[in-house]
Amino acid sequence: MNQSDMVRSEHEPLVETIDVKTHFKTARGIARAVDGVSIQIRRGQSLGVVGESGSGKTVLSRSIMGLLPRNGVIREGSVRYQGQEIGNRSDKEMQSIWGREMAMIFQDPMTSLNPVMKVGKQISESLRKNLGMSSSEALAVAEKLLHDVRIPEPARRLNQYPHELSGGMRQRVMIAIAMACGPNMLFADEPTTALDVTVQAQILELLSEQKRDRNMSLLLVTHNLGVVAGYTDEIAVMYGGKVVEKAPTKTLFANTKMPYTEALLSSIPRLDQPSHSRLSTIPGRPPDIVHPPKGCRFAPRCAYVRDLCLNEEPELQQADSPDHTYRCFYPVGSPEYLERRVELTRKGELVASEGSN
Amino acid sequence: MAGTGKAHLRDDKNVLLRVEDLVVEFPIGRTGLKVNAVSGISFDVLKGETLGIVGESGCGKSTTGRAIMQLPSPTSGSIKFDGTELTSLSGEAMREARTKIQMIFQDPISSLNPRRNVRDIVLEPLTIWNRGTKAEQLAAVDKILEHVGIDPQRAAESKPHQFSGGQCQRISIARSLVLNPQMIICDEPVSALDVSVQAQVVNLLEDLKKEFELTLVFIAHDLAVVKNISDRIAVMYLGKICEVSSSDDLYRNPAHPYTEVLLSSIPVPDPTVAVKKISVDGEPPSPVSPPAGCRFNPRCPNASDRCRSEEPTLREIEPGHFVACHHPLTGGEAPVSVRSN
Ligand SMILES: Nc1ncnc2c1ncn2[C@@H]1O[C@H](COP(=O)(O)OP(=O)(O)OP(=O)(O)O)[C@@H](O)[C@H]1O
Ligand SMILES: Nc1ncnc2c1ncn2[C@@H]1O[C@H](COP(=O)(O)OP(=O)(O)OP(=O)(O)O)[C@@H](O)[C@H]1O
Ligand code: SF4
Ligand SMILES: [Mg+2]
Ligand SMILES: [Mg+2]
Repeated sequence: MNQSDMVRSEHEPLVETIDVKTHFKTARGIARAVDGVSIQIRRGQSLGVVGESGSGKTVLSRSIMGLLPRNGVIREGSVRYQGQEIGNRSDKEMQSIWGREMAMIFQDPMTSLNPVMKVGKQISESLRKNLGMSSSEALAVAEKLLHDVRIPEPARRLNQYPHELSGGMRQRVMIAIAMACGPNMLFADEPTTALDVTVQAQILELLSEQKRDRNMSLLLVTHNLGVVAGYTDEIAVMYGGKVVEKAPTKTLFANTKMPYTEALLSSIPRLDQPSHSRLSTIPGRPPDIVHPPKGCRFAPRCAYVRDLCLNEEPELQQADSPDHTYRCFYPVGSPEYLERRVELTRKGELVASEGSN
Repeated sequence: MAGTGKAHLRDDKNVLLRVEDLVVEFPIGRTGLKVNAVSGISFDVLKGETLGIVGESGCGKSTTGRAIMQLPSPTSGSIKFDGTELTSLSGEAMREARTKIQMIFQDPISSLNPRRNVRDIVLEPLTIWNRGTKAEQLAAVDKILEHVGIDPQRAAESKPHQFSGGQCQRISIARSLVLNPQMIICDEPVSALDVSVQAQVVNLLEDLKKEFELTLVFIAHDLAVVKNISDRIAVMYLGKICEVSSSDDLYRNPAHPYTEVLLSSIPVPDPTVAVKKISVDGEPPSPVSPPAGCRFNPRCPNASDRCRSEEPTLREIEPGHFVACHHPLTGGEAPVSVRSN
């Protein structure tokens, strides 16, 4: 088993999932939250996971970390860390991985910090537990960590409670806690959604700096493609529990294949448009993952849908390079796509600027 | 005077809302200290106009919106709506006035009563104010639900939690419209929504605004959204207004150093554009003891001694474009340190 460890090279993925499925038993039936996802993250690389609410971003991150509810979950597929299968490990076996190897920043900083414990204690606790430091050592390291995440007056902050900090500072404390044991892999679940733009920019900057300085891998979850454009090497777009397009970030923007990705991109209001420009929208809503549509999961909302899309599920296709894949029968640029586009533009259903990137 | 100036107020018979020298303070327990949430701001909104209010978390946007509704009434200042001074109205008269000004909030789901069906939630304001017969009320509700894209039949059968976030925001918009208000104050109405749904709600507000001849105050920290929907924008910093301008002008030609920081922080959805280096660090100072002079001076790259002692007032640097800064980026004399590079 350890052999794979020895032959590991720089180019082998640090984290890899193969056809991971995480389904929940609910009163309405089986909810296919994550439904066959294969991704790879190399050391020092960042992957953006993008998709609308309910597409499975959080459940995917939790599936990799092994942080799923005990009951009512059906799991399939393989999760590998440094070449070793960790998908079937118990919580006890995962203890040595959590914090030291992989750490997670959760979606809501207020509910994931302990409201009645001082900030310093929350950070130093994990240092003592995982790295066996003494209390005074751990507190000194905690102060250094707060300094690293640019919290002003770190010594004073050690003695404050979470509610005494602003939203941006709380998010920084979460990052400091996640960084405490020097993980190789960090999951950041919508770390900036609740924050305003200036703080958002500072936090993303901070995360990429830490990634660079520590050669850490980063999985950044968000619903806004615009946010991750400048901060990720690769992007996986999720829809209804599946990855529907995956590519290096620049390729994804320059050579979008999946109509869903294109629609997501064009719904972002842009500063270079004059005010009162009509925004592009995606009609309808994400699929019911208990009863997903039979064919392409995006078909009911897709402007380029044809009969085939409604009846058959598109397999993963390769675009111009092996690292760019997508699931669609009539991708952006295909003859059928172009034909429909002409029709839509004529009927005035397509704003001229839409999808022009 | 504490105010940051009134040069930007318009002498126009179409002014629907005029706020002058608005101050809102919250005492902190019995300490004798207070939070200076809003410190003497003035602005106006014309009939049919959309005023955007932007600024960092905690700068006083929501407090301003709520003060217009007298929730709670401000510490001092004047708020004239359609010719009526709201700050001196009796409780009953203010309740009546509130039917003409409605407010919608950031969190769509928790702002709706979870135990009632959606059609009743939208109907409620009409029954409270006893407008028309029951049949007329229901007809009006169903018409508005159709308008915002919610099936009235489904609304009659379902509770809020059975709808998505975007749909709940549509429902609160419908509820805010049934009394036929003149103005709607939207406090971060799309911040909690997915980008795809955000666009739907923004388009809806634009349509309704034309249809119902509405005047909007749109509060948000997402500048791209604010730019899209607004005619005029006021930028707030720590309880003050630092810049007022038409929406397109503000983005083309920011004059206040803080506005520039805000603009440079917006993520550009294009990986070939290098991420801009952010020119301010740290957090805004505490509103309990705001800095003297210009409130932005501790974080401002252009701050001079004058900025640390004298408070700048709003002045016009080009037609319709106002800035409260001693060393604006355009239309003024740059400080020596800036001119030399
Ligand atoms: N414990 C659970 N039991 C049943 N269903 C669940 C459970 N956890 C998540 N789900 C469902 O799985 C789907 C994916 O949820 P997930 O939280 O991963 O979405 P997300 O992409 O992170 O969305 P958001 O952007 O809103 O955070 C959702 O439909 C959700 O309701
Ligand atoms: N009821 C209150 N009591 C005490 N302080 C308050 C109260 N309401 C607001 N404040 C304070 O007043 C200031 C302005 O708050 P406000 O909610 O108006 O900010 P905001 O601009 O809306 O911020 P955000 O973008 O986070 O919503 C903040 O410092 C806030 O903590
Ligand atoms: S497969 Fe069909 S429905 Fe799905 S995205 Fe492609 S064109 Fe649209
Ligand atoms: Mg999530
Ligand atoms: Mg607010």
